[in-house]
Amino acid sequence: MTDATADTPPAGPLNSSDYAQRLKKRHDAEWRFRAYGLGAIFIGLAFLVTLLYTIVSEGAPAFLQSEIRLEVTFDKAEIDPSGSGNIDDIMKADYAAMVRRALRDQLGNVGNDRAARAAAHRLLSSGADLQAREIVLKDRTAIGQKRDIWLIADGDVDSFLKGSISRDTPEDRRRISNQQIAWIEKLQADGRLKARFNTTIFTRGASANPEMAGVGVAALGSFMMLVITVLLALPIGVAAAIYLEEFAPKNRFTDLIEVNINNLAAVPSIVFGILGLAVFINFFGLPRSAPIVGGLVLTLMSLPTIIIATRAALKAVPPSIRDAALGLGASKMQAIFHHVLPLAMPGILTGTILALAHALGETAPLLMIGMVAFVVDYPGGPLDPATALPVQIYMWSNLPERGFIARTSAAIMILLGFLLVMNALAIWLRTKFERRW
Amino acid sequence: MVRQGNDPITIIKEVRLNRKINILAGVAMAAAIVAVGIPSAQAQQARDQVQIAGSSTVLPFSNVVAEQFGRTMRQFKTPIVASGGTGGGFREFCRGIGAQFIDIANASRPITRAELDSCKANGVNDIQEVRFGYDGIVFASHISGAQIAFTTRQLYLGIAERVPQNGQLVANPYTRWNQIDPSLPNVEIAAFIPGEKHGTREVFEERVMASGCRDFPEIQAIPAGAERTAACIRVRKDGRSNDIDGDYTETLARIERNRTAIGVFGLSFYDQNKDKIRVATVNGIVPTVEAIANGTYPVSRPLFFYVKKQHIGVIPGLKEYVEFFLSERMIGPDGMVTDKGLIPGPDAERAKWRETFGQGSTLGS
Repeated sequence: MTDATADTPPAGPLNSSDYAQRLKKRHDAEWRFRAYGLGAIFIGLAFLVTLLYTIVSEGAPAFLQSEIRLEVTFDKAEIDPSGSGNIDDIMKADYAAMVRRALRDQLGNVGNDRAARAAAHRLLSSGADLQAREIVLKDRTAIGQKRDIWLIADGDVDSFLKGSISRDTPEDRRRISNQQIAWIEKLQADGRLKARFNTTIFTRGASANPEMAGVGVAALGSFMMLVITVLLALPIGVAAAIYLEEFAPKNRFTDLIEVNINNLAAVPSIVFGILGLAVFINFFGLPRSAPIVGGLVLTLMSLPTIIIATRAALKAVPPSIRDAALGLGASKMQAIFHHVLPLAMPGILTGTILALAHALGETAPLLMIGMVAFVVDYPGGPLDPATALPVQIYMWSNLPERGFIARTSAAIMILLGFLLVMNALAIWLRTKFERRW
Repeated sequence: MVRQGNDPITIIKEVRLNRKINILAGVAMAAAIVAVGIPSAQAQQARDQVQIAGSSTVLPFSNVVAEQFGRTMRQFKTPIVASGGTGGGFREFCRGIGAQFIDIANASRPITRAELDSCKANGVNDIQEVRFGYDGIVFASHISGAQIAFTTRQLYLGIAERVPQNGQLVANPYTRWNQIDPSLPNVEIAAFIPGEKHGTREVFEERVMASGCRDFPEIQAIPAGAERTAACIRVRKDGRSNDIDGDYTETLARIERNRTAIGVFGLSFYDQNKDKIRVATVNGIVPTVEAIANGTYPVSRPLFFYVKKQHIGVIPGLKEYVEFFLSERMIGPDGMVTDKGLIPGPDAERAKWRETFGQGSTLGS
């Protein structure tokens, strides 16, 4: 503003009362828009916080597992009668009887009543005998000795200690009897019943008992599928994108391909599952429930995303780079592979990782190819049956046992952890290799 | 190829480039073929693991058996149990004979004629039907409410779309349970029943709705057949009866929100959640394992699985798995599957199921 205008404001739109009103209106509109934006962010944040809070508060207890320390006698006459270490004898031995005997000795006053004994035995997980066998398999010197070992407690005991089975519930409606509570308290007083860090949930496969169930098989299955997806989708997707972006002529045919790729990216994932069933299992005869089929289906699913991301990344490389390379005598292929592609790499990798993160969370296409399944044993390779992390979450969420509610949330936390790592990797790659022009 | 010019150098370059791209494409194609081809060659070998799919009601029971089977029978691998519903299981099962097709279909209802035909069309001719126990379906409300005693007749009047009144069928006028019968609680009618895709819905329609409407003269006036059935089983659509397409966990969540509502659950689910829900009696019978096993509790159904006989002897462990499933250790009164909420059949029946499987008699033969 100049002095002249300050002294004698000219009549006109800038100092009329109209103008002041309009200005205020515009400022108000801007303020309102900011408020809407802030509101939107707060609503989003509130949902996120609620979601995370629910999952973490429900899932955190599952990372602790009640275990009972017992002095188990590994009976030589039962495990290895011949003394030769025959593996069949070791596998077949009745470890349940050994751990149960140890439990009764520890409790002291169980008596000989069949029902009372059964109630006492229910304090231990039905997988406790498996744990005892694993100790012998790992260390043969245990045979004939007495060992002090931690054994997993039953899921109901665990739920009771974590408070999801309430003591105030009348006994006939409680899954833990008063007698069992007395035993639990005795074990706790002796320091033999404790919540310890839960390794089971990371290492074991599916189980019908919550205390013996883990995401190990599912995590390995998911990992195998992702490896297959990367190995197939990355080269195919990048090659397709380079051809379409750099070499393909612009005509009706390539336009059609482009439209189709964009549409494929929006196709519901279950469709890829149906396709996978028809092509890979029924036509090629690949085995059901196998990570290779899952990987192939997820490849199909993530290809469009990778192609679109790669093309965008290639487009973002300034034409001057290309021109300079060509001008210095590089062939088109040299220009692309030596100059354009390396510069586009951060974009390509970010797109790929996001596509993979999306693929990691898919259950729908896996339903059709039999991967929504109960798999106990670890797969030996991509042809053996396995399941996937989100599938494990889905299956656990359907089960009525109290222990599985916590496990479901814990598995969600593990999956979120994986996704977080992948997204962090994407951001790191982008910032590390990003170039500005 | 984009033509960049016709001078010889460009053309030569382009030819070279073409060759390189061809080689590149060739390598990519070869990689893809190898990736798909190698496993498919291996897949022709026989499978060494039983594969099962089907009903989500049978799934938890099947899981227990599979887990224990793998643990006890060291010479066999642990069977794989996939879910997908009874119908989905039969679809997989009937696809054909061979290692890439499943061996056992879990089912919460008998196989239908249409499904059997589709099996036959694909060469699945020898199917063994195996019964292994019962499933009870219970009506439960929130633990804070009072104990309710229903009859199937009252349930029908509360949930049906049209009910008999003064000689004709009218749109369901009841809004509170005590309007139907003063003995019922004075609360709004709200029911959560399994959705159409569930096998449980069929049992509900047949054992509750159809049996509850049977005695009304207005219903008997309709000629027996599809029309009468429809009049009996159609549920009200005014929001008082809600289909649950998810599982019992969802029903439980709804009940916890709406504490006067009643929901339909499996007995095994109720058994795990006795501290949250209270079960109603039906026709004066408390749903207990005993009452369902001996048939006095009206709403129950047998559970099945179907075995591909043509796979027995080909897939290692298939026969052993079925025998293991039918053993007393699993489905007996103190068996591990029974601990998970299966209702065991009477002693004589269990023996008969084992015998039937041992004889190897197939459906339709």
